Amino acid sequence: MLSGTLSLAVALAQASPGFAQDRPSNGESAVEVSAEGREIYEQICQSCHMADAKGCGVPGAMFPALADNPRLADKDYGSIILLKGRGGMPWFAGMLTRPQIAAVLNYVRGHFNKYQDTVTVADLDRITTANPPVPDCNCGH
Amino acid sequence: MLDHFTAPTRRDLLRVIGKVGGGAALYQTMTVLGHAAESHFTGPPQLTGARPGASVLVIGAGLAGMLAAYELTKAGYKVQILELQGRAGGRNMTLRGGDTVNELGSVQKVGFAPGNYLNPGPWRIPYHHRTVLHYCKELGVALEPFMQSNHNAFIHRKTAFGGKPQRYRDLTIDFKGHVSELLGKALNAGALDAAVTPEDKARLLEAMRSWGVLDKNMTYGKSEKVGEQRGWERPPGGGVNGAPIPNDPFGLSETLDSKIWDQLGFFAEHAMQTSMFQAKGGMDRIGKAFQARVGKTIRFNTRITKIAQDEKGVTASWTDAITGAAGETKADWMVCTIPASILGQIDVQIADTKKAALKALPYGNSVKIGLEMKRRFWETEDAIYGGSSFTDQAIGLVSYPGHGCFSDGPAVLLGAYPFGVGAYVLAGMTPERRIQAALDQGAVFHPAHYKAEFSNGASLAWSRMPWILGCCATWTEESRAAHYQNLVSMDGRIVLAGEHCSYYGCWQEGALLSSLDAITRLHQRALAG
Repeated sequence: MLSGTLSLAVALAQASPGFAQDRPSNGESAVEVSAEGREIYEQICQSCHMADAKGCGVPGAMFPALADNPRLADKDYGSIILLKGRGGMPWFAGMLTRPQIAAVLNYVRGHFNKYQDTVTVADLDRITTANPPVPDCNCGH
Repeated sequence: MLDHFTAPTRRDLLRVIGKVGGGAALYQTMTVLGHAAESHFTGPPQLTGARPGASVLVIGAGLAGMLAAYELTKAGYKVQILELQGRAGGRNMTLRGGDTVNELGSVQKVGFAPGNYLNPGPWRIPYHHRTVLHYCKELGVALEPFMQSNHNAFIHRKTAFGGKPQRYRDLTIDFKGHVSELLGKALNAGALDAAVTPEDKARLLEAMRSWGVLDKNMTYGKSEKVGEQRGWERPPGGGVNGAPIPNDPFGLSETLDSKIWDQLGFFAEHAMQTSMFQAKGGMDRIGKAFQARVGKTIRFNTRITKIAQDEKGVTASWTDAITGAAGETKADWMVCTIPASILGQIDVQIADTKKAALKALPYGNSVKIGLEMKRRFWETEDAIYGGSSFTDQAIGLVSYPGHGCFSDGPAVLLGAYPFGVGAYVLAGMTPERRIQAALDQGAVFHPAHYKAEFSNGASLAWSRMPWILGCCATWTEESRAAHYQNLVSMDGRIVLAGEHCSYYGCWQEGALLSSLDAITRLHQRALAG
């Protein structure tokens, strides 16, 4: 369910990630990102955090585990990072809609963890308005 | 006075200006002379007179690190390079038969036939990337033309022409023709009389008629003149049936469906214009040429765990990735080329502003997939020699080898090269599923042969490379304004370098320019301090 305006945002935010950098071409991708949390995870997140959400790499050069991650107990933690990026991880505000961001966060927090409260689009709007700093994370753990 | 400008060579003149006015004056002068507008490169740095015994520790044996080592050694420094991998070159690499791709989560063995290869990282060099071209020449790396564009290759969009790919040539010529006709109509209707003088109106009408190949009624359509650009239903021949028969242009609306302006705009970019080059035999020839000069100074399999500095020097703490042994290496100065995605996770003694810059620099992702086909059916069946066919599917494009045209036997296609969402989708797949997806999607261009002629494939997802965890740094206008100068500034005895420390991100040129700038400042600081 990728609207025309969203896919344009994808092109602006991600397909041309740098000034005049090497890339395949201009224009928007027709790849449709799912509305469903599990599928969004498989399409986007597991490219780095791996299919089991256990992360990978070694200390000093790793993608953190999302599974069994106590930092995700705070439902704003993942929301802020998805909206604003952190370190090597890009922001996904341009690639995913707010309903998609909420859906995938709820999947990660509910399926790979046991947090039952729900992230809503209203939560994401609240964070955007409040504009909190990106939290430091213990990304090696 | 003007006579003086004819007597010295351009190079002599620039040397004098450089000595008197410094680098900025030199660059300004070269720009006026039309010489340097494309690149900041003004020739290799003339670094001389290092203090006796002065030492530099270079972290990372990619192009930025090896260039730093090469030039600093020439300047008289004692140089040591520490490299995490068991190979040199960094993102400058080439995959050939027998190579192993070690990703986080998977291992692939490359099965390409002898002579065939895939450049999973950099693969083309614009004619104005003068630093790369200079060092290729200096180090003896043979270059050959890279076929950047191909009028006979395809454009595919899921929602255009019922999903049927069309030739780039047909779409660009029809787009030009229709736009010319419309501008002619607007001019003739007087709609632009307030915007153009009568003289310019007359010239524009002539331009539209000629450039758009319009007929005497200023309309674009099937004609022999259009056929001379667009190709033919039956091409010109000899003898009794020699007369050509033109074909039917596409209508305006379906031409617009293709969004052909995306490709037109892409190829109009300075960095995408011809001439384009590639290293003969594989892009890793460049890394190997640097390695031939500085390889003795590289300690491989060395994982940096901590970087510290004080008024006397720098210390890198490391563990050997093979033996697990810990060690320390000290030097007077450091050039650190570790990608920001990794450096931000390491304990480094640098200013908080530099740490903040590292934390604000995400890495884009990309995937390349090489597909070895048993024969060059795109040449024999479709008359496509090099260049790329573009699609809005996840693979982004199919690119055809421009080297080895007309040869028999297997050849390797670039079967995918996406950034953005397509890159994430493919990177998250197993290597086997990536190949299947690349075959399924690429078959849209060559349905009769793509799967039938497939032999074997290999892929590399940059997010799964354990030593970088991404493809290249993604700056925005805002992050540049807030952090760029903080990132590149010399911090005590440490200076960072690499494509992430340049305005030529994701290009080898950016890595090399960054390195030259970093070591020039380091040398000045070392002589002053």
